[in-house]
Amino acid sequence: MQQRSTIAPNSFDALIPETARVTSVRKETVDTFTMDLDRGFRFEPGQFNMLYAFGAGEVPISISGDPADSSRLVHTIRSVGAVTKRLEALRPGDMLGVRGPYGEGWPMAKARGHDIVIVAGGIGLAPLRPVIYHALRHRDDYGNVVLLYGARSPEDMIFESELHRWRGRFDMGVKVIVDRAPSSWRTHVGVVTTLIPKVYFDPIDTIAMVCGPEVMMRFVVREFQNRGLTEDKIYVSMERNMKCAVGLCGHCQFGPEFICADGPVFRYDRVRDIIGIREI
Amino acid sequence: MNPEESNPEALLIAITQHKFCTGLSDAHLKTLASMAEAVSIEPGRFLIREGGKADRFYLIRTGKLFIEMYAPGRGAVPITTIGTGDVLGWSWSLPPYRWHFDAKALTLTRVVSLDANKLKDRCDEDHDFGYEIIKRLLLVAQNRLQQTRMHMLDLYKPPQVEQL
Ligand SMILES: Cc1cc2nc3c(=O)[nH]c(=O)nc-3n(C[C@H](O)[C@H](O)[C@H](O)COP(=O)(O)OP(=O)(O)OC[C@H]3O[C@@H](n4cnc5c(N)ncnc54)[C@H](O)[C@@H]3O)c2cc1C
Repeated sequence: MQQRSTIAPNSFDALIPETARVTSVRKETVDTFTMDLDRGFRFEPGQFNMLYAFGAGEVPISISGDPADSSRLVHTIRSVGAVTKRLEALRPGDMLGVRGPYGEGWPMAKARGHDIVIVAGGIGLAPLRPVIYHALRHRDDYGNVVLLYGARSPEDMIFESELHRWRGRFDMGVKVIVDRAPSSWRTHVGVVTTLIPKVYFDPIDTIAMVCGPEVMMRFVVREFQNRGLTEDKIYVSMERNMKCAVGLCGHCQFGPEFICADGPVFRYDRVRDIIGIREI
Repeated sequence: MNPEESNPEALLIAITQHKFCTGLSDAHLKTLASMAEAVSIEPGRFLIREGGKADRFYLIRTGKLFIEMYAPGRGAVPITTIGTGDVLGWSWSLPPYRWHFDAKALTLTRVVSLDANKLKDRCDEDHDFGYEIIKRLLLVAQNRLQQTRMHMLDLYKPPQVEQL
């Protein structure tokens, strides 16, 4: 296990947000938007920031932009409650607070020399998009790169134009599936687990990265296991509620692990016993 | 639906290579081949229609089909997609031997079409063979049931965590 970092590894002080300006806002779906900020710093795929909507509060949000682009910070947010709704109301030029980046991200170094199979559900694609940017930028470091993406309906898919672009590449496999579709839909309908038997990967040399609601991740892991992938090759992102983000307050602690500092990305065998269990 | 020209050896190879038939003995594979024909379906055409007689069993070789159900006021609703390596339907094995859904080709689809009446008779006559077929059908049914359960769970719905 890596040492827990209780201080954010950039110039921001661990608990004090710095201000940032919104430079653009794009609607992804009816309740999800992507927001660019004028601040940038180095981060690892899978890390998150704490975004502070003045007067409303602070929430953890994964960084969904390109780790190689340090000129801006990109977040993709689903508006679900008080703080995220306030963030949704922000327009270019408005200010908010940011502190980060925090947490252990996806195992990009360990995945070197392996096939990567990414499974995302709904907004779960947001913390995995930096993985795709990184893998495509360092394409020779990885074997097959496959993305399996499931959403409720075609309208609920995020990053749609990028999905088309990735799908058009020769060096990456992309399959999408939706729960509900009109009959004009031309590809898969059903649950995301059904895509796993349809793609080629070598279970001995594959790292799987999975993000979505916990119930989805549980079933996806089971399907990977049916394909011969062992638990130590499967990584999941546990995006449960947290407060301080630096492993101090204990709000997101389960057993010895703090989701904020030891996660949000965990090797599956470390969280097997709590995944799908009610909120801790 | 278009019958395809295929010689008996080619059919036997297609059956042998199909996932559903993995582990079947040579004799059982030959039994299946003796009641099989190769068929292709153009995109947009139906392979089966809800309420129709379920007298064929299909092993999908290549392509993709929508399983659809008709809902009043909503038209045909795609329920799931099946494709290469999947099988279509087990309604032929149980009364009332009628299809419960439509299957429409999304892309050019090639199947091995088995005569379900002969298959049923053979299962009755040769219980070893019948057991192998039913075991595989049960697995298909179990997978579909599991998928339906997951569908009902609304997998991508964010959890309603207690307010903290
Ligand atoms: C490490 C991490 C990364 C995250 N990344 C993203 C991201 O990239 N984009 C994004 O939109 N969201 C992300 N989240 C979830 C986000 O932090 C919550 O949706 C947010 O805190 C809700 O705050 P709120 O005040 O808007 O809603 P609240 O009023 O606090 O809650 C509104 C509803 O959302 C539920 N909820 C609150 N927190 C969570 C949570 N963590 N998971 C699921 N449901 C929750 C509540 O139970 C309630 O039903 C992440 C969470 C974590 C822990």
